[in-house]
Amino acid sequence: MRKLWLTLILALGSLAMAQSGKLEIFSWWAGDEGPALQALIDLYKKRYPNVEVINATVTGGAGVNAKAVLKTRMLGGDPPDSFQVHAGQELIGTWVVADRMEDLTPLFNQEGWMTKFPKGLIDLISYKGKIYSVPVNIHRSNVMWYVPAKLREWGVQPPKTWAEFLTVCQTLKSKGLEAPLALGENWTQQHLWESVALGVLGATDYANLWTGKLRFTDPKAVAVWNTFGRVLDCANKDAAGLSWQQAVDRVLEGQAAFNIMGDWAAGYMTTTKGLKPGEGFGWAPAPGTAGVFMMLSDAFGLPKGVKNRTNVLNWLRLIGSKEGQDTFNPLKGSIAARTDSDPSKYNAYLQSAMRDWKSNRIVGSLVHGAVAPESFMSQFGTVMEIYLSSRNAQAAANAAQAIANQVRLGQ
Amino acid sequence: MRTLAAPIREVKMRWFKNKDNLYGFLVILPSLVLLGVFVYGFIFQTFSISLTDWGKDPAQALSANPQIRFIGFENYRELFTGFIDARFRQDLFNTFFFTLFFILGCLGVGLGLAIVLDRSPRGEGFFRTIFLFPMSLSFIVTGTIWRWMLQPQGGVNQLPTLVGLPEGKFAWLTSREQIWQISWNDVPFITALVVGLVLVFIALGAFRGGERRRGYIAAGSAALLLLWAFTLGRTLQPLPFDEPHGFNLAFIGIILAAVWQMSGYTMALYLAGLRGIPEELREAARVDGASEWQLYRRIIFPLLAPITLSAMIILGHISLKIFDLIFAMAGADNAPTDVPALLMYLTTFRANQIAKGAAIGMILLLLVAAVIVPYLYRQLKSEVRR
Repeated sequence: MRKLWLTLILALGSLAMAQSGKLEIFSWWAGDEGPALQALIDLYKKRYPNVEVINATVTGGAGVNAKAVLKTRMLGGDPPDSFQVHAGQELIGTWVVADRMEDLTPLFNQEGWMTKFPKGLIDLISYKGKIYSVPVNIHRSNVMWYVPAKLREWGVQPPKTWAEFLTVCQTLKSKGLEAPLALGENWTQQHLWESVALGVLGATDYANLWTGKLRFTDPKAVAVWNTFGRVLDCANKDAAGLSWQQAVDRVLEGQAAFNIMGDWAAGYMTTTKGLKPGEGFGWAPAPGTAGVFMMLSDAFGLPKGVKNRTNVLNWLRLIGSKEGQDTFNPLKGSIAARTDSDPSKYNAYLQSAMRDWKSNRIVGSLVHGAVAPESFMSQFGTVMEIYLSSRNAQAAANAAQAIANQVRLGQ
Repeated sequence: MRTLAAPIREVKMRWFKNKDNLYGFLVILPSLVLLGVFVYGFIFQTFSISLTDWGKDPAQALSANPQIRFIGFENYRELFTGFIDARFRQDLFNTFFFTLFFILGCLGVGLGLAIVLDRSPRGEGFFRTIFLFPMSLSFIVTGTIWRWMLQPQGGVNQLPTLVGLPEGKFAWLTSREQIWQISWNDVPFITALVVGLVLVFIALGAFRGGERRRGYIAAGSAALLLLWAFTLGRTLQPLPFDEPHGFNLAFIGIILAAVWQMSGYTMALYLAGLRGIPEELREAARVDGASEWQLYRRIIFPLLAPITLSAMIILGHISLKIFDLIFAMAGADNAPTDVPALLMYLTTFRANQIAKGAAIGMILLLLVAAVIVPYLYRQLKSEVRR
């Protein structure tokens, strides 16, 4: 008994030793997502009360500003203890290949996470067999949103393929709906593109695009642009001036029938608009992508040379744990990356996403950093530009391939 | 003060001179060092980075000790003739048209306001403040306000409904319409042609003014340039295909906001100039029977020429460097309203193409230098003469 007490005291003592000091968490979760991050930090403080947590956020959607600040800090030799990054190639293509991150595979083995996270996800966040980040949440990119009552009124069903979508689009146009598809600014157009690409190519060829096995100039890949062009003809002409929320609003107001957006749209419609999932708004996988879950995920990693390594490892343990993920995700409006989370904490939409997450085939999103490095992704805007100004599928495909070669995509 | 100090100074002048020089030098030394390091040092560093391949290999882009290789002017070559850098070339066109209309707009509106205010209407001081006020706002504030007003369904587009007209449909910041297109392959020829013609005018002016040497130099270079334009210039093809570039109509909104912000400043410059013209000159012209139009055309506008030049330089370098206004109005990703400064930011900090970003930065510096340096040179020369 005394021995047990002694070991316990010793263990507690050593824990306390490790728990002091600081932990700086760098993220872009400021506005609506702030409370979710705060809940995680509170949980961390409860477990390690002696650690001073510094919550360093840089505002700006999808981390556009945060990433620039992060780069300056890393280049200046002042890495934050742990930083938020889109899981997958956005971390790998920028920081892992530059040898700035620590291998977290031991942590995954130690915590038994290899079986808790789906294999498709592990594959996307691995580089040369090693894992470098802990995903906190999962969002789905390939979702089509609509208002069920309106569709009944127009007498159409949510289309299952892109060909069907184009037919439905013509039907709706003949019924006086000017733009059946609501589309927003720049990145939402690229967001639409990835769903079209997945629908036209199928999961295998879509994944091959990013490993270099399928070239952008392949006739199959060029066909994506042709379909994309016809889908764009169904969309509103003032797209570039709308935010993604305004595009969703068009659907809710009945000015458009469909919107392709990630499932943060569900959070917007339930929380901000006060609609009930399944009644106020409905959802289906983007046409042609049923059975495939195009995911994106926020993750944290461990940069090399940080001052408070133990505290960071404790942070990573927390955010990868069931408790951590089930604390964070219901507030953030996303699902847990783990497959064993508790469905009762989530709303109807998220529960359906959780079911798909367990059963579907997993691929990564382009726009949200999962499958292509930043160097490709940010120049994909130029490709989009070439297509939008010339409407020439071959020219866009050539440009995409040229950029892929330049940034050594998939190598 | 000066008259009192002068006699004492003269006595001690010789003794103090070296010491004064020393003190003077010591006083400006800190700023010299700071300027040397933080301005010229970094310009040089940017230039040397622009000659490397930093960022071409993703593994080296952001590593702790990047291995970067010297590749000469390859980045510049890619920017001007590379297949995927079409966006940069369109940005050059955007900058050109933006600068042109921004300067014309500011000068026109500024001069108009100045002439009106110069006639001392009631409440002149009030209006002067009102017109000058926009300049005190930051471009970010202006940009945000104008973005709201130029929304496709709001603000400016709703104006016609006030007088019963149908609402406007123009997509101010996002329109993809492009007018006055020319192929990038014709740019060397057209540039040479325009510069040649300008030189011809300079030569004519010099001959008329009796500066023969200057005239011959200008005429000679004009002849050379035009000869090149019509022989080699036509065959020089930077790209293997035609790549049309032109004036993006989406820029109209940006120009509107920029002119709104800076025309008050131009007005202040012109107003100062107008106030500096002695009343006798105007009266003498009136006595000689000049009409109001002739008075402005023959007396006042020529006297305002140096102010126009200063205003053009100041506005010109603002427009070449413009970043914050467009960032706030349309965002960095809105390609129809892209400019090189925005592209430099995206290339460096998003695409991690650090060397290419540095090359864009150097080109911007050269553009601004082309505007500023002749001006500084003239200023310095005239000061020495004084």
